[in-house]
Amino acid sequence: MAKPASNLSRQLESVGNWVDRRLPVSDFWKAHISEYYAPKNFNIMYFFGSLALLTLVNQIVTGIFLTMQYKPSAAEAFASVEYIMRDVEWGWLIRYMHSTGASFFFIVVYLHMFRGLMYGSYKKPRELVWILGVFIYLVLMAEAFMGYVLPWGQMSYWGAQVIISLFGAIPYIGDALVEWIRGDFFVSDATLNRFFALHVIALPLALLLLVVLHLAALHEVGSNNPDGIDIKKNKDEQGRPLDGIPFHPYYTVKDIFGVGVFLTLFAFMIFYAPTGGGLMLEKDNFIPADPLVTPEHIVPVWYFTPYYAILQAVPDKLLGVLLMGAAIAVLFLLPWLDRSKVRSIRYKGLASKILLVVFAIAFFRLGMLGLGTGTAAEVFEARIWTFVYFAFFGLMPFITKYEKTRPVPERVTK
Amino acid sequence: MMRFNKWTARAAGALFSAVVALPGAYAAGGYEGLEASGANVHDMASLQRGAKFFVNYCHSCHSAEYMRYQRLAEDIEGLDEEMIEQNLLFGDQELTDYMKPAMPYEASADWFGKAPPDLTLVARSKGGVDWVYTFMKGFYLTDEGWNNTVLENASMPHVLWELQGIQRPVYETVVDENGDEQTRLKELTLDEPGLMTPEEYSAAMRDLSAFLIYMGEPAILERERLGVWVLLFLVVFTFLAWLLYHEYWKDVKK
Amino acid sequence: MSEKESLASLDPAPNKGRRMLLLAGTGAVGAVGAGFAAWPFFASWKPSAKARVIGAPVEAFIGELQPGQLMKTVWRGQTIGIMRRNERMLDDLPELNGQLRDPQSENTPDQQPEYAQNIHRSIKPEILVLNLHCTHLGCVPEFLPEVGAQPFEENWKGGFFCPCHKSKFDLAGRVYQGVPAPTNLIVPPYRFVDDDTVIIGQDPEGAA
Repeated sequence: MAKPASNLSRQLESVGNWVDRRLPVSDFWKAHISEYYAPKNFNIMYFFGSLALLTLVNQIVTGIFLTMQYKPSAAEAFASVEYIMRDVEWGWLIRYMHSTGASFFFIVVYLHMFRGLMYGSYKKPRELVWILGVFIYLVLMAEAFMGYVLPWGQMSYWGAQVIISLFGAIPYIGDALVEWIRGDFFVSDATLNRFFALHVIALPLALLLLVVLHLAALHEVGSNNPDGIDIKKNKDEQGRPLDGIPFHPYYTVKDIFGVGVFLTLFAFMIFYAPTGGGLMLEKDNFIPADPLVTPEHIVPVWYFTPYYAILQAVPDKLLGVLLMGAAIAVLFLLPWLDRSKVRSIRYKGLASKILLVVFAIAFFRLGMLGLGTGTAAEVFEARIWTFVYFAFFGLMPFITKYEKTRPVPERVTK
Repeated sequence: MMRFNKWTARAAGALFSAVVALPGAYAAGGYEGLEASGANVHDMASLQRGAKFFVNYCHSCHSAEYMRYQRLAEDIEGLDEEMIEQNLLFGDQELTDYMKPAMPYEASADWFGKAPPDLTLVARSKGGVDWVYTFMKGFYLTDEGWNNTVLENASMPHVLWELQGIQRPVYETVVDENGDEQTRLKELTLDEPGLMTPEEYSAAMRDLSAFLIYMGEPAILERERLGVWVLLFLVVFTFLAWLLYHEYWKDVKK
Repeated sequence: MSEKESLASLDPAPNKGRRMLLLAGTGAVGAVGAGFAAWPFFASWKPSAKARVIGAPVEAFIGELQPGQLMKTVWRGQTIGIMRRNERMLDDLPELNGQLRDPQSENTPDQQPEYAQNIHRSIKPEILVLNLHCTHLGCVPEFLPEVGAQPFEENWKGGFFCPCHKSKFDLAGRVYQGVPAPTNLIVPPYRFVDDDTVIIGQDPEGAA
């Protein structure tokens, strides 16, 4: 800037310097924002990281405000949600932003994870980025489950009953463990209260810490890109990647545009389909929890249904629970299952491409089946897709090792 | 410019066909054969008629315990507090009271075998108001007593039979996949006309449905009115952000 | 800036005007949007419909209230005192004027409805309706109606004494000089249904 600085801007600068000597604000800004070089070839799949952060902030802010009106007791919880929906000014909007936000969080996170699968973002040196991400996913599932219990409707109650009972499958300690988790001999006020504490403070803290670590690990190794090329290999004389552009302003303005599109879709759902046709707020959850009446059709919220289908597919309690747990745990191993020389699916062989498409269909289809009533035909189909799900991970080491890959270009492509 | 690469496009295509080809699973969880109510919650005249109908015919047994009488005056055009006090309140009820039934729960449980459910959220807990609409039109009389097309052996008697008249079932015999003969309900015929013509009765049920939608979520009126403006605003913002994004990305070498 | 321009991946466009205009436009629209989005969160702190219902006017029966006696009731969570003053008490009111901060309630018109802005601060001279919370920090003062020396005032003509920070008020809720409380006690809106019944929280008809 050759322009002579005005008096005011000089003063601002000296305040800035004062702070900087004591707290490395501008160093942080440079390292992570203005001089963090991201590959210039990000495509649409790369919006979902920042959008996940946005949905997290949305959940935290709306959640804080809901906590101010919600009553975590079995006697009052359901009515307090209706109170929020009816008596609190704008309470309905804050509640829908939170309930619809939960579903959008998972949409964004699933797409974000699928991006990782497509472009090999879990591969060396990004193993920890991926593993921290899987931890985020795990905590997010616990967070979402406990949040769904809070309205204390029929689905809250029976969902909690079913999910907590899963721990009962563990040999020897199962029953005692279930009792310990519930804090009672059935899902009760005590359960609701502890889930509330976990949902509003313990898990969000864990989530925030994991997100910070996830980003710190990412910024240490640098972002991957659709070509799976290491942009740090080609640097200019000052050590800046030739294919990198500063995150700010280039990706900030791009992400703001992404945020606009996202918010438009989000607002559409909030204002015109807040129950998501029964997928985001299930109809049975508009009936207060009743320990004496089990709803005819218990289904988890959509983002859990793939695992629910796996559980239903196995005709053995312990095995079902183990397989369901394995379906999530196997994600941790991904960085070592993929033995390909290349990262991106663009340069992998046909077999890998087919496998990934089939895996996506399997996951999706399992999600659909998990919503079903559990007819024999559905269970049979769920078994097939469960097999496919695990086959994806099981076959990966062999296929990626032996298949013929295409040559990866030196520089990123458009 | 960002673009799907060929491969992403193929994956998306495959996913899309998986959705379209296999939509059955979720639908199986819903109710079948419901008649669309055609209710319009933004039609204030309809809401007003529905509110009166609800209070006159349903509310003597069914509560609406999350709803205050006062709110009706605030939300529904053409209903003011005075009208509600004169027409809708029973006994020593006050405007600010929750809509609790005039009949004590215990007594009604004795009469019907179980307490009539609260109706505040019925349009939501049944996954839409069409269930209620079809239910209210689906009562028929057999030699064993009243029955209903939507909810077999419902414990609720057909309290509106004087308005609707008496419907009788017409059965038909069909041969199922296994070659067995099955008797099933084909249709209902109006055996004895009521005080209302079938059209009038349907219209009354449509008004009632509109009211039940409203009562399940009073904020729906504001929500759906406001949504358009929020979306318009976001479209403008997104367009500006898109221009800004392209302005900056002119710098980036292809 | 100059460093950035030499990046191999970038070729900064010369025209900055359009960029700044778009930046300002998007920023302004975004800020307006953030403002709109923030409003529901602020507004959710307002008393809810339920609070407003609970805060509805309350009725008090004063038929058995003896001269010199104070009864208490609650409206919107505030302790409301209703007192029937006797002749002596009413006669003493003007005599105290010199010791008070605002004897005619002129300086603080918001502390009472217009219909209670007079020396006895009430609709009917003998009936006093008062929000008893001290205007200093909200404690409820003691009711000391008897005439006679008090540790804090030799010439006590009866009134209210706040134990928290020693503020003094007379039997019309008027604040003495030289105490922490800044203003007279608040007179809430009220009206008489008949001689024996007061509704607190509602103005008399025609005096909105």
